[in-house]
Amino acid sequence: MRRAVGSGLLATGLLLPFIPLLLWAVAGDFRYPAVVPELSGRGLGMIADPAVLDALVTSLTIAGVVAVLAAVIGAGAGRALGLYTFRGRRLVQFLLLAPAIVPTLAVTLGIQVFFIRYGLADSVAGVVLVQLIPTVPYVSLVMASAFANFDVESEDAARVLGAGPLRRLILVTVPAVGPGLVVAALFAFLISWSEYILTLLIGGGVVRTLPLLLFAEIGSADLPAAAALSLVIALPPLLLVALTSRLLTGGTPVAVGMRRL
Amino acid sequence: MSPADDLPEDLGMPRPSTSVDLRVTGLRVAYRRGTTVVDDVDLGVAANTLTALLGPSGCGKTTLLKTVAGLLTPETGDIRIGDTSVLDLPAERRPVGLVFQKPLLFGHLSVGDNIGFGLRMRGVPKPTRRRRAAEMLDLVGLPDMGRRRVSELSGGQEQRVALARAMVLDPKVLLLDEPFSQLDADLRSRMRELLRRLQRELAITTLFVTHDQQEAVEVADAIALMLDGRIEAQGRPADFFTAPATLRAARFFGATNEIPGTLSGTEFCCALGTLRVAAGGRDGSSVLIVRPEALRLGNPAPATSEQPNTVPVTVIDVRYRGTHQSVRLRCPAETILAATVPAALRLEVGEEMALRLLPDSCRVFPAEHRQGEDQPGEVPKRAGQPVAPARTERSHA
Repeated sequence: MRRAVGSGLLATGLLLPFIPLLLWAVAGDFRYPAVVPELSGRGLGMIADPAVLDALVTSLTIAGVVAVLAAVIGAGAGRALGLYTFRGRRLVQFLLLAPAIVPTLAVTLGIQVFFIRYGLADSVAGVVLVQLIPTVPYVSLVMASAFANFDVESEDAARVLGAGPLRRLILVTVPAVGPGLVVAALFAFLISWSEYILTLLIGGGVVRTLPLLLFAEIGSADLPAAAALSLVIALPPLLLVALTSRLLTGGTPVAVGMRRL
Repeated sequence: MSPADDLPEDLGMPRPSTSVDLRVTGLRVAYRRGTTVVDDVDLGVAANTLTALLGPSGCGKTTLLKTVAGLLTPETGDIRIGDTSVLDLPAERRPVGLVFQKPLLFGHLSVGDNIGFGLRMRGVPKPTRRRRAAEMLDLVGLPDMGRRRVSELSGGQEQRVALARAMVLDPKVLLLDEPFSQLDADLRSRMRELLRRLQRELAITTLFVTHDQQEAVEVADAIALMLDGRIEAQGRPADFFTAPATLRAARFFGATNEIPGTLSGTEFCCALGTLRVAAGGRDGSSVLIVRPEALRLGNPAPATSEQPNTVPVTVIDVRYRGTHQSVRLRCPAETILAATVPAALRLEVGEEMALRLLPDSCRVFPAEHRQGEDQPGEVPKRAGQPVAPARTERSHA
């Protein structure tokens, strides 16, 4: 009973902000003292705009690639941090975490010059690269704790049983740290998905993701359009979390792993 | 028996022709910073026998085992299984099975799939893998557990699955790295029996690493004692008690009574007088070693009839141990010896007794230079029977 009340409150808290958003998205004229707006398809119609669809594709692509790259890089860093003690371990740990502490704007302003010099500015590749800065630290942290619970001798055990390097990775290591890897990649996807400043600075307005469009609409004070876009931005992460939550709770291996984290 | 002697050829067991021996020669393994962990090791495990590689922690036995498995690369030396050197084979293709201290089962696979993992690596089809896994589970006493999750197993069951996982590949040599050390005592002894039975039934040449002297004696056909990265002595378990090859081997096996003196022929001159000992020692400054349980304690003889190798002693401490008693005795010249006597023997502290040192149970070794190589920490405590080492207060002059 208590649990039901708790989850009810949680769901309300999460969903409440979406109510005005939904209202605004379908609003034509919405002024005081009206409680319910005058309906209009203009806001939602915005979504079908080719520019929005383009931005959706760009956002998905960038966030997807960032999630995969950050997971791979972060898994390597996390393995080193979680499994081994080595000279300068603390320094590496600090450097990895620094982007999460130092404001990204400051970092990016410094880096931008180099991106321009090496022709990475104004390109999707450049945006992907720059978004690794805020994502890799989180992935590394999650993976470090995943690897801290991994017995690296399992790889030796698999080796003596005849597994070569690739099969050890795929059949032993990845399944063992898989839950952490899923969570870490999800983090990276979500960070990348809502990133605005880095995309704007490095993408130079040429690489248009959904947050960029949203800010433009907010700037133009077109609230129904902004609300409709916000819904588009909010939906994919919600779907993703909903899909993975089945993995992350209950008795699945991923959930068991999560609790260990 | 000499140090690092070859194994006795015949251990009185049927030896199927498929079984081969393991031979390690001149093996040296070092870690990066130039520290040699295994130094010039010669080790033989006769076909279809179980040899215990015994040594205190940090002596290099696990390193040696991992090198045989191919997980570490030696600097020099050779490892032969049967007639062929396996040095060039990577670990994944060596015909060895390895069971670690921890079970290291793959948590995302079922028990059956864990056992079938090695077969899967060899491309064995799934139905065959299932069947072989089920057979192995029967063999290790876990029938019908193939579908269980690894997390449902107890510690002992996990280690049995690990054993099955290694044995299902029919390895020519089975390597075990203290596989039962994390189990409680009762379970450990049952696992030892299981291992012994399996090893005999499947006729696998086995090298079993342990730091537990008692375990080595109980489970092995032969023992190789490893100290500081070298094989100190190799032989049958009984040899380590009755005829230890070296002073350090004798000490490791709990021969705690050491009497310094001088040997000439079969006469040993020491603080207790002149003792007769078995022939074979090297003349000169020596140490006589006698096990506490080899000492014979009796009533003092009449002063007139002097018996050879008999010393008057005073009981200074008696500890009741259930199956026996540990006694500390003060001999002439303040020499103190430890003796093990039957539990039923009535002894009082301060009682005068006569102590006989049987010539055959006294081993004499050349005295070693006390400084440097002989740290007190090297003599491990024996579980269950801590006996204070005998010391002489007199100078060695």
